[in-house]
Amino acid sequence: MIHKFKTYPLKCKIAVLFSILLTLAVVSCGEGEKKETQEPGLKISPDNAGIKVPDGFGVIEVADSLGAPRHIAVNSSGGIYVKLRQPVDGKGILYLEDTDGDGIADSKTGFGSYGGTGIDLDETHLYASSDEEVFRYPLTGGQVVVDTAAVDTVITGLIARRAHATKSFALDGKGNLYVNIGAYSNACQEEDRTLGSPGMKPCPILDSAGGIWMFRTDKTLQSYGDGLRYATGLRNVVGLDYNKSTDQLYVTQHGRDQLNTLFPDLYDQEASADLPAETFYAINEGDDAGWPYIYYDHLKKEKILSPEYGGDGEQTAGEDAIDPLVAFPAHMAPNALLFYTGDMFPDRYRNGAFIAFHGSWNRAPEEQEGYYVAFVPFESGVPVGDWEVFADGFAGRDTIYSPDEAAHRPTGLAQGPDGSLYVSDDSGGTIFRIVYTKEEAE
Amino acid sequence: MVLCIAVGTLYSCNGVKKEAREGTEQPAAAEPALTEKSTPDPLPEYMEKGKELYGQHCLVCHQATGGGVTGLNPPLKQTEYVVGDKERLISIIINGSNKGLEVNGMTYSNAMPGFPGLSNEDIAYVTSYIRNSFGNAADPVTASEVEAVRKKG
Repeated sequence: MIHKFKTYPLKCKIAVLFSILLTLAVVSCGEGEKKETQEPGLKISPDNAGIKVPDGFGVIEVADSLGAPRHIAVNSSGGIYVKLRQPVDGKGILYLEDTDGDGIADSKTGFGSYGGTGIDLDETHLYASSDEEVFRYPLTGGQVVVDTAAVDTVITGLIARRAHATKSFALDGKGNLYVNIGAYSNACQEEDRTLGSPGMKPCPILDSAGGIWMFRTDKTLQSYGDGLRYATGLRNVVGLDYNKSTDQLYVTQHGRDQLNTLFPDLYDQEASADLPAETFYAINEGDDAGWPYIYYDHLKKEKILSPEYGGDGEQTAGEDAIDPLVAFPAHMAPNALLFYTGDMFPDRYRNGAFIAFHGSWNRAPEEQEGYYVAFVPFESGVPVGDWEVFADGFAGRDTIYSPDEAAHRPTGLAQGPDGSLYVSDDSGGTIFRIVYTKEEAE
Repeated sequence: MVLCIAVGTLYSCNGVKKEAREGTEQPAAAEPALTEKSTPDPLPEYMEKGKELYGQHCLVCHQATGGGVTGLNPPLKQTEYVVGDKERLISIIINGSNKGLEVNGMTYSNAMPGFPGLSNEDIAYVTSYIRNSFGNAADPVTASEVEAVRKKG
């Protein structure tokens, strides 16, 4: 750096001048990255951390390298509880805090030695699930768990036989907890996923799985005998939420797989990639969504008799089974559902439903789908218009053929006290926070 | 930030300056002579036949990359289950697997069906294919090796 400037080649002089001019331009724009938000001090990530959101929204990468974060819950202080699929350093629940208000977590503590998916909180407790049990921890001021050893086992003995074993749940705010007990099977065949194996009729799984069970939040060591099978015929509901404005439980179901592998004469690979729909239901006590006997064909808008039970891809069935509110493309794996109740986002988002689509795997060899957060607008308690992709780009690439190519896979959703929408990702290990910045994107 | 850009630019300019000062450009290295053999060896038959079988029966779960699906379907890359003991691999293809085998420290919850209806030859093709795909390299499997496993029951 000691050489005289004038002895440098011309291209170098130009490069240096350009960089100085560029810096001056950036500085004069007021440090371009920092936009006005409801909370001054929040730092929107450069390029929205690679996530594509509608005009006026920004994305903050809150934390990364967390392992496999599944569901999340944000307390009244803006602290984030994260349930990990497997414990990391012996901790299966993380608590993240942002102490300097820039949106990026700068404090991380952990407790709970079990992996799992479900986590949520009410006024008095944090609840979290393993694959067999639901636990609760008392909350102190600011909704923080201080005494991590003061844990109760609220529910125990739930069936977990490898497939669809995670136990997501939702709270209704009236003392009830609704747990997904996923069916330990793809289509209730005698031999799971095996060519030529018949469907079991009646499907014996349904008496203890393949549905939603309701329990109390204020009793300990409840099991099947203490609970109620609230809904049945649901293969695996990873994303569910209680909509307080309609006072009703809503669920999203992972539809069955492998129509082509199991019934190649009825379904080719393309049909198998496109069917069945991922389904979004409003649930009343006693509802039956029809699994395994039917699946929902969103192209025909019909419930179709499953081939394991004699179906041919055309014959309809399930007259007593409920119909979905919305049917989404196949295999996208809805992993979280959240009814938005915040003030931050524009009015059209109020009481609408966000759905985190983890992203498909069994559309192969066709292109995979999903890897985004969708939005379903609601008015007067029912969906209106078409659903839309709200936050995209989690895969980190325009086309994706295998989930292991994905940078991120949306897994959990939570709403912050200011109305921010938080999204977790169990593949990249990241938590994102989506805010509305009230400015048009430049 | 101003400092970083300026320093970075000056350092890269420094490099350029050095080359110019050293003056003489090195002559381009001589191109290596073209070898006589300009086409690669043809792939063994099991790679072509195995790939087709993989696409029909295995790809939907284990994926085009052989990477599987986290938590659900195990990967076929960098695992002894594929490049290790042949009998164990053949047995998994014939009988399936639904015990939650641990693969590189993780378990996978989907049931794998068996494929007893595939011929000994087809199982030899597809196992040889996966043993030599996805970054793997291991000796191929023969139809008689498959037959021997089947006979053991």
